[in-house]
Amino acid sequence: MRAKRLLAIARKEVLQIVRDPRSLMIALLMPFLQMFLLGYGISLDLKHVPVCVFDRERSQTSEDLVARFEASAYFAVTRRLSQYAELTDAIDRRACVLALVIPPDFSERLAADGTAPVQAILDATDTNTATIAYGYAANVLARYSAEIGETERARQGETASLFVPVEVDSRVWFNEDLESRNFIIPGLVAVILALVGAQLTALTIAREWERGTMELLISTPVTATELMVGKLAPYLVLGWAVSVLCLLLAVFWFAVPFRGTIGTIFVTTTLFLLVVIGIGYLVSALIRDQLGASQVALIATILPANLLSGYIFPIDQMPAAVQAITYLVYTRYYVEIVKAVFLKGSGLAALALPVVFLAVYAAAVLALAALAFRKRLR
Amino acid sequence: MSPDAPPVVALDGVVKRFGERVAVDGLAFAVAPGEIFGLVGPDGAGKTTTLRMLAGLLPPDAGTIRVADTDVVAAPEAVKARISYMPQRFGLYEELTVAENIRFYADLFEVPRRVREERTDRLLAASGMTAFRAFRAGKLSGGMKQKLGLTCALVHTPDIVLLDEPTTGVDPVSRREFWAILYRLRAEGVTILLSTAYLDEAERCDRLALLSAGRVLHCDTPAALKARMPGAVLAIMTGSGRAARAALDGQEGVGRALLVGGGLHVVVDDPARRIPQIRASLAERSVPVGDIAAIAPGVEDVFMALVADASPR
Ligand SMILES: Nc1ncnc2c1ncn2[C@@H]1O[C@H](COP(=O)(O)OP(=O)(O)OP(=O)(O)O)[C@@H](O)[C@H]1O
Ligand SMILES: [Mg+2]
Repeated sequence: MRAKRLLAIARKEVLQIVRDPRSLMIALLMPFLQMFLLGYGISLDLKHVPVCVFDRERSQTSEDLVARFEASAYFAVTRRLSQYAELTDAIDRRACVLALVIPPDFSERLAADGTAPVQAILDATDTNTATIAYGYAANVLARYSAEIGETERARQGETASLFVPVEVDSRVWFNEDLESRNFIIPGLVAVILALVGAQLTALTIAREWERGTMELLISTPVTATELMVGKLAPYLVLGWAVSVLCLLLAVFWFAVPFRGTIGTIFVTTTLFLLVVIGIGYLVSALIRDQLGASQVALIATILPANLLSGYIFPIDQMPAAVQAITYLVYTRYYVEIVKAVFLKGSGLAALALPVVFLAVYAAAVLALAALAFRKRLR
Repeated sequence: MSPDAPPVVALDGVVKRFGERVAVDGLAFAVAPGEIFGLVGPDGAGKTTTLRMLAGLLPPDAGTIRVADTDVVAAPEAVKARISYMPQRFGLYEELTVAENIRFYADLFEVPRRVREERTDRLLAASGMTAFRAFRAGKLSGGMKQKLGLTCALVHTPDIVLLDEPTTGVDPVSRREFWAILYRLRAEGVTILLSTAYLDEAERCDRLALLSAGRVLHCDTPAALKARMPGAVLAIMTGSGRAARAALDGQEGVGRALLVGGGLHVVVDDPARRIPQIRASLAERSVPVGDIAAIAPGVEDVFMALVADASPR
């Protein structure tokens, strides 16, 4: 590797970046917008989730349960239904996200067996909202159960201590205070960096092929490694800028508590950025046109980062086979790291496992990217 | 030029296929040190493919290629510091200025700063581009871009220069500047291989290879190629070249006609016999015609005659 050639590539790349203000603005504005859109989209839209109630009993007890939903700021009971057909219709027309079905023998079974099933039907077309709404509903039901458990206990005396009125799935992933934002925003930073990082570099090689600069470039003595390092260095700096922007927004705008150290976040973010810009470069080296490279990079990052990184959907609730796949999703390590650094104040030692995974990933991706670039025409 | 010295560029039995299409088909030629060697041939003859293989950008399917004592097929990277290659359709970094583009390529060849500045000044002056140093490359005209491309390619000190149609889209004045730069390089002992679509330019080369369908038909000096031409060239003055060409097509003793400014050139076996014959057949079709005279053949005429000879038609 020759320093002069490497610096020449890096300098050229910097000049291209700063003299193309439109692309630079997009690179910086996109994360900014995404932080706001997704940061609010997820945390605030969940006030007043529309609920339809199909109360087949219409007793004092069932009305009591419905009242809990009405009282909650997170739900708005928008409709009372009288037939099952109306329910399907309401969900189909998206009149409600959650439909609550109370069986005709609700209070009877509660009195006799001490437990009664309540059916909650969720519109899962918007999986984010559905998952979170489900969590809220479970929470409302849990509180309701606890209360009637207490009244029962008070009524029946010590003997009723084993009484469990409603079984509620306790794997609810957000905390008691419903501060979902604290969990989502750090993960969101990770997802945005994954998307933006790969997009930044996905064009860098493809553009040279398209504009015809590559044929001249590959006729010079520059090596694949010099080209990669020279091209990625400026994008790492740009990646740092985007990271700082997102992290500052998380701390100062979204008021997520930051309990870790700058050092930890710097080291881990750098590793993660190396992985994502390396992925973009790899795609760019393999696919020699800009549109194709950009789309492949988008698809390769957006789905895994959103669905399999644990940023919204908890990994430990996924089927075993899907959990196994998530080990390949580099974003999951960084999501885990950022959440832990923010909320638990974890240091590098505590995060050794995900940090090592990221480091190995970075080394492998960069090695592959250097190999994937061939100084050959097709 | 020293034709007896061992060649600096030598191809033998070179074949390159793209799927079914054979672009280069058993190509063989050798270039002596300090020569200006021209590759001439119709579109699709394989000129670009050949130059790309010489530059180590495209591996041949068969054959040997040696450039500057290097086996390019086995070690394509080894040759790159020794050559300058200017692709037929190349792009420059449009966001960068003229000077920044030149500096970029100088650095890739690790040219020391002093040498770089001296060569940049000289090349820019030679191509009349000194005033455009601080211009963004994207704002230059087509011909200027071509000149900047040459400057970028020549900013280091190559042993061999490979130029693929370097003067296409360049105005006549700039073409003269181009050639002045090439002659100066030759004087410094640099070997130059270029392809060209302009046959008048081919005459400026020391030697030419006439390429057709991926093969070398003839390879010699322009003078020897002209001497090799059978028959003589007639210049026919006429305002309706196309009609005249159609009238003469397939006539006995008259070769393929070449449209030129002011009329056509045809190759004939015996001028004394064919001039009256041509006049007669043009009159028959009422094609207006002026002077008809035998002239010294240009490379263009030779090329037409020789390529026509070789093709089945
Ligand atoms: N990358 C490629 N893929 C497929 N076919 C190709 C490729 N490059 C060249 N060819 C084909 O090989 C043949 C030779 O092409 P080449 O570009 O070498 O010709 P050329 O003499 O440079 O022509 P021109 O005067 O048009 O530049 C042509 O038939 C062309 O279509
Ligand atoms: Mg060509």
